[in-house]
Amino acid sequence: MAITIPSQDHTDLKPPVTSIGAIGWIRSNLFNTWYNSLITLVVIYVLWQVIPPFIDWSLIKSNWTSSSAECHKSGGACWSIIHANIRFIIFGFYPPPEQWRPLTAMIILFTLLIVSRNRNWWSKNLLFAWFAGMMAMGLLMTGGIFGLAAVDSAQWGGLPLTLMLSVFGLTAAYPLGVILALGRQSRLPVIKSLTIVYIEMIRGVPLISLLFMSAIIFPLFLPEGVTFNKILRAQIAIIMFTAAYVAEVVRGGLQAMPKGQYEAADSLGLNYSQTMRLIILPQALKIVIPPTVSILISAFKDTSLVVIIALYDLLKTTQSTLSNPQWMGFSTEAYLFVAVIYFICCYFMSTWSRRLEEDLDTGR
Amino acid sequence: MNPEKTAPTGKSSFRHDPEKRAIIYQVFALGAVLLLGYYLFSNTLANLERQNIATGFGFLDKEASFEIGESLINYSAADSYIKALFVGMLNTLKVSLVGIVLTVLLGTIIGIARLSSNWLLAKLSAIYIEVLQDIPVLLQLFFWYSIFYQFFPAPRQALNPFSGVFLSNRGLVFAVPQSHPAHTYMMIAFLVACAGIFFLRRWARKRQEETGKLFPLFRTSLLLIFALPLFTWAFAGAPTAMNTPILRGFNFTGGLNISPEFTALLLGLVLYTAAFVAEIVRAGIQSVSHGQTEAAMSVGLKPGQILNLVILPQALRVIIPPLTSQLLNLTKNSSLAVAIGFPDFVAVANTTINQTGQAIEGIAMIMAVYLFISLTTSVFMNWYNKKSRLVER
Repeated sequence: MAITIPSQDHTDLKPPVTSIGAIGWIRSNLFNTWYNSLITLVVIYVLWQVIPPFIDWSLIKSNWTSSSAECHKSGGACWSIIHANIRFIIFGFYPPPEQWRPLTAMIILFTLLIVSRNRNWWSKNLLFAWFAGMMAMGLLMTGGIFGLAAVDSAQWGGLPLTLMLSVFGLTAAYPLGVILALGRQSRLPVIKSLTIVYIEMIRGVPLISLLFMSAIIFPLFLPEGVTFNKILRAQIAIIMFTAAYVAEVVRGGLQAMPKGQYEAADSLGLNYSQTMRLIILPQALKIVIPPTVSILISAFKDTSLVVIIALYDLLKTTQSTLSNPQWMGFSTEAYLFVAVIYFICCYFMSTWSRRLEEDLDTGR
Repeated sequence: MNPEKTAPTGKSSFRHDPEKRAIIYQVFALGAVLLLGYYLFSNTLANLERQNIATGFGFLDKEASFEIGESLINYSAADSYIKALFVGMLNTLKVSLVGIVLTVLLGTIIGIARLSSNWLLAKLSAIYIEVLQDIPVLLQLFFWYSIFYQFFPAPRQALNPFSGVFLSNRGLVFAVPQSHPAHTYMMIAFLVACAGIFFLRRWARKRQEETGKLFPLFRTSLLLIFALPLFTWAFAGAPTAMNTPILRGFNFTGGLNISPEFTALLLGLVLYTAAFVAEIVRAGIQSVSHGQTEAAMSVGLKPGQILNLVILPQALRVIIPPLTSQLLNLTKNSSLAVAIGFPDFVAVANTTINQTGQAIEGIAMIMAVYLFISLTTSVFMNWYNKKSRLVER
């Protein structure tokens, strides 16, 4: 048996074309085994069935600025519903001449959010900027001073309402949640059990029951003659709800603190509030930033539930557009539009949270 | 705050004694909570008196006088409120249980697909997870519900994909076997098979511990669970009569009807929650290090055994706690049924509140029902966590 050993030099021989480049990539990622090949073919077939008709419907045959009658005639998507009603969907019943005010408020909020994305700019000044910004937002929406016409909260609606309910909700819920978490970790049995009852009760019930409570029962809690508006009551329900979830997240951070930190603080002679304020909370709250952003995302999505108690948030304004006989039957287009708004906001926050998680994972 | 740290010598002033100070704090906290409670309670009583609303649960025995669209038990408008609420609760449980089963299935499939070596499948799963997580569940419910009305025809022109199955804007109607006593016997046979498998498993485990012999448990269980009801069916006369839906007037009669409300609710809840479950499953599988698989291979386990004996027990320990909380979320989110008109517990309680004005009692009942479900689940979870805890030596 002679074994032929090729004598020529191999160094400039290229790898086979089928294992590098596009073909190689396809072979190793899509057709590496018989079942993967089968899956790939099935997936491609399904996509072929779904995507071309969708493009046809949403782009090729679609109407963008036509009237509803023309829309009914053509078979494509009727994006005109968005075009014709965009003002109402975004701003609700806010008086059109004053529309620049919620718009400015939203721009302030988005600027603050974008600035806060960069962790190098986190400072006390940014915190003050947040408070000033939120005050400005509240003033712009309410009006009544500095020559701004007063706008009744019953006229608030659309995207500004959705954003305010979630941002103000989390801002107020956060300190409350920290206090609840400290209470739950406390050694004082009465305080511990009170906070446990609160947290577990709120986490055990759906948000909708709290919203019902805010709409129907809160007015009964107040003495005769004292009332406050529906939006504020819904906001209180959202704060109560979010605080319980913040408390659980913060508790996770507190439990992750090594015992040595407490002991070191004790040995320095710090008292409880000093220990918490100077040693424990700064570290614990840093760990829980990513899960806190997740809470902000769910708070943002959950504000859509105020539809059920008839507040005109983004979802409700869209729905009432659809109840207009002229635009009936175009709900898919309208809901897709709102879904895209929600998706963009949430995606922005979740990518941010993922990046923070990587940044903060310093491997202590 | 450590009571042992500074020994009270009797002489120390009152406010420097941590033990006494702790008592003072707690008395203050309790006092504040009680005071607030009393304030709200007295205001409420005064308000109720002024509005002439009677308190108490006496209204539950009165006639409900409203119809409920779908019910698992016989119900008519002449029945009492308590029965109406019970119907609502059964509907909540129905949608939650069906939803939980489908969510776990779909979530597991997508979670595994996310880790697939097939690039296309993995990317599609990733897109699914990201998109569905970021759209509010209520919006998804509205979307699916609107699809029913926008794209499906009226019952007269119902789509008929298979014989006996009709799809229209009144929901999905399909043929079911005509009711026959054999079905009850089959159910009993199924339960007997389940009990049999439970004892068989205990016996097989004991025998393996004593003698080391393996018993083909999975195949035997599969055989039992299918064969026993099937034999019962054959012995009871093998009834094959079907109850087929027939178009009568403007709607179908006969067959089993799944309403658009139920379908939209189920679809929305399952697709939304499955995205979260998929992430949990993916994280759970990735948490088991590859070395475990290699070690199992090196001791000569077969692929099925590796999955059953090595990977799953470790992955499940990571998966189960967050999975339970997602499934609880699904149950709580089922209360959004009220927005699309499916008569779940919240929707029925809401109608009750509107009719009787008993808001406090109504909302207290809603909260009590969901609290009961959550607390029973967490008691069970605590038990499970204790049982499955890693025993370190």
